[in-house]
Amino acid sequence: MATYILKRFLQLIPVFLGATLLVYFLVFSLPGDPIAALFGDKPVNETVAAQLRKQYNLDQPFWIQYLLYLKSIFTFDLGLDFSGRPIAAVLGEVFPVTARLAIMALIFEAFFGILFGLIAGLRKGKIFDATVLVASLIVIGIPIFVLGFMLQFFIGVQLGWAKPTVSSAATVQDLILPAIVLGLGSFAYVLRLTRTSVLENMNADYVRTATAKGLSRSRVVRVHILRNSLIPVVTFLGADLGALMGGAIVTEGIFNIPGVGQRLYRAVLSGEGPTVVSIVTVLVLIYVVSNLLIDLLYAWLDPRIRYDS
Amino acid sequence: MRFTRTSKALGIMAVAALALSGCGAGGTNDAGGTTGGDTSRVIIADGSEPQRPLMPADTNEVGGGKVIDMIFAGLVSYDPNGKPVNELAESIEASDGQNYTIKIKSGEKFTNGEAITAQTFVDSWNFGAAAKNAQLSGGFFESIKGYDEASAEGSTVDTMSGLKVVDDTTFTVELNQPESDWPLRLGYTAFSPVPSGALADPKGFGETPVGNGPYKLADGGWQHNVQIQLVPNPDYDGPRKAENGGVTFKIFQNDDTAYQDLLSDSLDVLQTIPTSALSNFESDLGDRTISKPYAGNQTIAIPEYLPEWSGEAGKLRRQAISMAINRDEITKVIFNGARQPAKDFTAPVLDGYSDSIPGSENLEFNETKAKELWAEADGMQKWDPNTTFSIAYNADKGGHQVWVEAVVNQLKNTLGIKAEGKPYPTFKEVRQDATAGTLTGAIRAGWQADYPSLYNFLGPIYKTGAGSNDARYANPEFDKAITEGLAAASVSEGNDAMNKAQETLLTDLPAIPLWYQVAQGGWSNNVTNVDYGWDGVPLYYQITGK
Repeated sequence: MATYILKRFLQLIPVFLGATLLVYFLVFSLPGDPIAALFGDKPVNETVAAQLRKQYNLDQPFWIQYLLYLKSIFTFDLGLDFSGRPIAAVLGEVFPVTARLAIMALIFEAFFGILFGLIAGLRKGKIFDATVLVASLIVIGIPIFVLGFMLQFFIGVQLGWAKPTVSSAATVQDLILPAIVLGLGSFAYVLRLTRTSVLENMNADYVRTATAKGLSRSRVVRVHILRNSLIPVVTFLGADLGALMGGAIVTEGIFNIPGVGQRLYRAVLSGEGPTVVSIVTVLVLIYVVSNLLIDLLYAWLDPRIRYDS
Repeated sequence: MRFTRTSKALGIMAVAALALSGCGAGGTNDAGGTTGGDTSRVIIADGSEPQRPLMPADTNEVGGGKVIDMIFAGLVSYDPNGKPVNELAESIEASDGQNYTIKIKSGEKFTNGEAITAQTFVDSWNFGAAAKNAQLSGGFFESIKGYDEASAEGSTVDTMSGLKVVDDTTFTVELNQPESDWPLRLGYTAFSPVPSGALADPKGFGETPVGNGPYKLADGGWQHNVQIQLVPNPDYDGPRKAENGGVTFKIFQNDDTAYQDLLSDSLDVLQTIPTSALSNFESDLGDRTISKPYAGNQTIAIPEYLPEWSGEAGKLRRQAISMAINRDEITKVIFNGARQPAKDFTAPVLDGYSDSIPGSENLEFNETKAKELWAEADGMQKWDPNTTFSIAYNADKGGHQVWVEAVVNQLKNTLGIKAEGKPYPTFKEVRQDATAGTLTGAIRAGWQADYPSLYNFLGPIYKTGAGSNDARYANPEFDKAITEGLAAASVSEGNDAMNKAQETLLTDLPAIPLWYQVAQGGWSNNVTNVDYGWDGVPLYYQITGK
């Protein structure tokens, strides 16, 4: 087991290098001069522009820029963004907010998705099953920003149950509505995935055996049906955490949440290479680590799975 | 891009929502007359994250600009009509328009207690101009003698020879040449004094700026990407005294979201109504709205380096294009009156503006004349019918696509030529082609005044070799006229000369003026006394609670 985990962590090194190189190259290839854009409609003051280019290493060729950036990572000094603030501090501000939002969304979609999916699966063809199937289809069909604006307008503006945008602290309470919006799409998938999986397992031999040996209905459902049905769901949820963190940009835009997506969007537009790469790299690491955790969870859910070679 | 999609969606949603609910939330403004209002309320306004540290000479965009304007006071500030009024200045005098003697009020202080003297001003301006400090707005000091030496790359000179301190409250300024409108510029934020701490550590200072304006930054008031909190400065005694308990700029990434906040009274003042809400904001907000022209315009510049747009034929074609555009129709149909058809190259709120300069008839819709002029140009130099006339614009912000398409369609219909909008993904890309001189057609241009002066709309854009001269326009006659205008003995004589210079522009049309900008904003049920300044920014200091 330990060897397996170590191996997986060693795999992080090429992933990290590849991701930073690729993203840095993409930002580098963006057309337009980010320093000239700082001047807006005003004429570019070449002396000032040259100084700023030097300060942000933008006067160097690509490889030098990239190596300087790598060096800055290993010396734990990510440099400054265009407003003169340490990028490390920026990361420290935006990631907790988005992490809070993504985890809330994950809890929402996992809890309600599995619960509704389980009930729908157990009562196949009944009214509850039909209703959630149609409802989930609608949710999957409507783009997230439409749902976001609708809920914001009706719940935030018309009914006044919540503020249309989050407060400066972005507290858990503020984030309830945005988290629901963010999690809705995946909620529908989790629900359908659980339902299908439950249906499959209900006809499995071991379930029949369990029922036949006189186990209570609730024990059969919890231990034999649910636990075995969770493997595909857990895979989906694990991959989804990364997607939620990176994909929160639309939701963050609608509810004005000062998180990763907003900062990333602004950095891409203004061509701030180091800021973009730093944010994306952290996202990649989160994605990889959450996938590792999921793989380890398999062993717990299904003891037949072993990682020792 | 994402915001375009979301804006559209919001538009549809908003319409649907209004239809469902019968009507929007009606205005319930029951404040009787012009009562003073609640002066202790903290006003919540919309803002954007400043691009650079908050240093007056390093801030050139709106997000940081409006904060700087409120926490600093310069020699003069502008009243709501754009007229300069003294803040720290006792007097600004010149006998010849070139050598100014500036006296400042004594006993003025920064909020940290440091005294403001003539030396403070000289040091601050030298700092802004010196190359080694790389301040984005350093170019504002270019008229001062010695600027060229101080701002040259790698220069070791860090003071301008044109600035001399006489005594604690007096200093003199020598310009490179007479400029009668120079005192008008002094209200621009780049000319603000900064305390000595700022010069020693500009980065640190930019995080927690200390000023002398009507407001000061609250302790830890700048929460990045979230909000900027300002509290009144009790020691400020100028014309912009705070009438409220403070102003908090909540940072929004898009106006649509801010508008939802305004509808639910979570936001007090929204500077600009988003395009998606333009058709319904008046029914949503009732009488809590304002529409006020400000010093900005929209034009399309046509580079003269393109062969078909150069020389006499090019001039006739530009006139034809100008007359083929129905400005009244576009401002009414597309902007719902949020723009005014242009009659010149400047803006109506400026002192000296005239809507009847000879040549302004070239800016009126005239289908027959447009066709005639186009045919005449064709006689001199044949227009290849396969050529497409394009108008470049940035698609990332500003909502230009709608009007560019409208203009393009009018050109197609009136002149029978191929025309299209040419979107660039971001502002920086379109600027790159503009500054490199590699445009393949026209480009959306526009100017928002830095200071209320006709010259500011002409010199920096149309003078030969000027920094923002995207059209690469060069006409000695025009250059001479504006140089004379600058040398005029008084501002009003100068204005006459500027309008004379505009006659040349109206014939040559290096850019085609389209319309003047109108600020459209709204406010919540909780505040009153909202008005906008000459520059389209709300006068935050006079807003009160209800």
